[in-house]
Amino acid sequence: MSDTPVDTNKRTWLIASTCAGAVGGVAVAVPFVSTFQPSEKAKAAGAAVEVDISALKPGEKMTVEWRGKPVWVVKRTPEQLESLNKTETQLADPKSERKPGELTPAYARNQARSIKPEIFVAVGICTHLGCSPSDKFQTGAQPSLPDDWNGGFLCPCHGSTFDIAGRVFKNKPAPDNLEIPPHMYLSDTKLLIGEDKKA
Amino acid sequence: MAEFKEISPDASAGEKLLNWVDNRFPASKLYKEHLSEYYAPKNFNFWYFFGSLALLVLVIQIVTGIFLVMHYKPDANLAFGSVEYIMRDVPWGWLIRYMHSTGASAFFIVVYMHMYRGLIYGSYRKPRELVWVFGCAIFLCLMAEAFMGYLLPWGQMSYWGAQVIVNLFAAVPFVGPDLALLIRGDYVVGDATLNRFFSFHVIAVPLVLLGLVVAHIIALHEVGSNNPDGVEIKGPNAPKDANGHPLDGVPFHPYYTVHDILGVSGFLLVFSAVIFFAPEFGGYFLEYNNFIPADPLKTPLHIAPVWYFTPFYSMLRAITSEMMYVLIACVLAGAYFGAAKTNLPKVIKAGVVGAAVFVSLLMLSIDAKFWGVVVMGGAVVILFFLPWLDNCAVKSIRYRPDWHKYMYGVFVVNFIVLAYLGVQPPSAIGERVSQVGTLFYFGFFLLMPMWSQMGATKPVPDRVTFTPH
Repeated sequence: MSDTPVDTNKRTWLIASTCAGAVGGVAVAVPFVSTFQPSEKAKAAGAAVEVDISALKPGEKMTVEWRGKPVWVVKRTPEQLESLNKTETQLADPKSERKPGELTPAYARNQARSIKPEIFVAVGICTHLGCSPSDKFQTGAQPSLPDDWNGGFLCPCHGSTFDIAGRVFKNKPAPDNLEIPPHMYLSDTKLLIGEDKKA
Repeated sequence: MAEFKEISPDASAGEKLLNWVDNRFPASKLYKEHLSEYYAPKNFNFWYFFGSLALLVLVIQIVTGIFLVMHYKPDANLAFGSVEYIMRDVPWGWLIRYMHSTGASAFFIVVYMHMYRGLIYGSYRKPRELVWVFGCAIFLCLMAEAFMGYLLPWGQMSYWGAQVIVNLFAAVPFVGPDLALLIRGDYVVGDATLNRFFSFHVIAVPLVLLGLVVAHIIALHEVGSNNPDGVEIKGPNAPKDANGHPLDGVPFHPYYTVHDILGVSGFLLVFSAVIFFAPEFGGYFLEYNNFIPADPLKTPLHIAPVWYFTPFYSMLRAITSEMMYVLIACVLAGAYFGAAKTNLPKVIKAGVVGAAVFVSLLMLSIDAKFWGVVVMGGAVVILFFLPWLDNCAVKSIRYRPDWHKYMYGVFVVNFIVLAYLGVQPPSAIGERVSQVGTLFYFGFFLLMPMWSQMGATKPVPDRVTFTPH
């Protein structure tokens, strides 16, 4: 380096203009990062889905797609509804009190987590890492499940288990119960998934 | 600027051309510095094939990748079909695709071997810290590259694998869900996700990767290669010939270029055998579920990442709410050790204890899922710090206390066991084993400053061990 003394005035302007340049540079990053957000098209794609459940028999499940996610509609048998009393003590959140606004709409905050006790509507996505749990409606001992299994769902990815009302069992990787989407009955056999009465 | 060199008018046309270029671009200089006059220790063994093999696989991946992009369609409706189109209708497309898919696994095999070589011979030690750090960054890029590339065939495993990994980011407190949304570009893994992963996979990450490879090699050639004895052949006291070249070194070209041809031949033999006879490799290189198109409504019964991610995936799965108590105990024990058994100033001790209590509280209040992500990330990040964790007086395993060899042996077995468990469906016993394995993995590195100093080292020779043959 030379011995010439630093021209402080020049240096001040150098620092100031560098800072101004850096601010500009960061500002340019904003539009680029913004493009990562969901597009207007993706945001608009969340339309409600109408489902005809007249053909659904007790003990059967149907799956419909809503916002790219699987939504289950299960018509539960009286025995399955009865089993909800037995599982109560083994659950992490039996009364669906966690994240009520997000996971369980007010009209589903009951033991069966549904509007009509026998018809169960839930988003079939595990609250752990987003796999879709498989049906394990068969009761009794079977691989990956406890011997006193009362019927419900098993997530194949990390072994979380849910009862027939989508309530998560204790000490499982999944932190929360399955999400109940907003839904309403248009008639006895017609369900609208994605919208409820308040909308 | 270098002096302008004149060349005799009698010189051949080739020499004149080279001189013309050399006066404008350091062609001969670069060639000499990095090949014909780059002296590498003459005692390289089998383990030293993997650096050049990694470069070879990189070239294979880039070339096959360029050709695959010509036929592939990054569109959620067309992607799966376009891969099948490459496999069935594009002339020789199946070969290019299998080269690329097998190349991905080969890359990780070669890189794991290359890293293990560095580990046992202390190639990350001073002055080669940055060579190692650049190398770890390359490893990180490779993981990103492999993960994003795996989404592109848009099969069931592609889809659900990406779904799980992207959801991991959602576990971050406060910003998690928005972060996951930003990565996916939609509320579920979809067309937007596929397109951006395609962009990252074919252009963004490879550019960074290439830059890092150049930095890795420049740093290596600045400090010189290590060797199985950990002896510095270019040090101030190392024996040198009249020209100042190390007596224990040989020019990279022609000695190691020819030597590496042997490695390349062996590698290509195995590589070709896999491509032609077992391209799916029993479901390990290409998972069977990935031959089913992505279905957002149905998760395959068993999902697992590709084999090279499974050790880290096992560590992720090992972090359950029970495991958190063990980890908290480890943090507090570490803080106790720092406060009670060391001679640090009081202020620092208080800071250590305070930080440990704070971290423990965080560990109690934030979900285990998030800590699983932290552990998985930490397992890779910790590698960056290896040069500063190892306090052994000697570099190479050859002159370390014998029990160090068992330590490295257990480390390798542990890594393989974790990899195996990561492929398996979750089970109670597997969970326990992977928890012990995770503790060992981190203990190996975090306690290294202590255990690497223990035991009597053997005398390191002045010259490398080499018998002409």
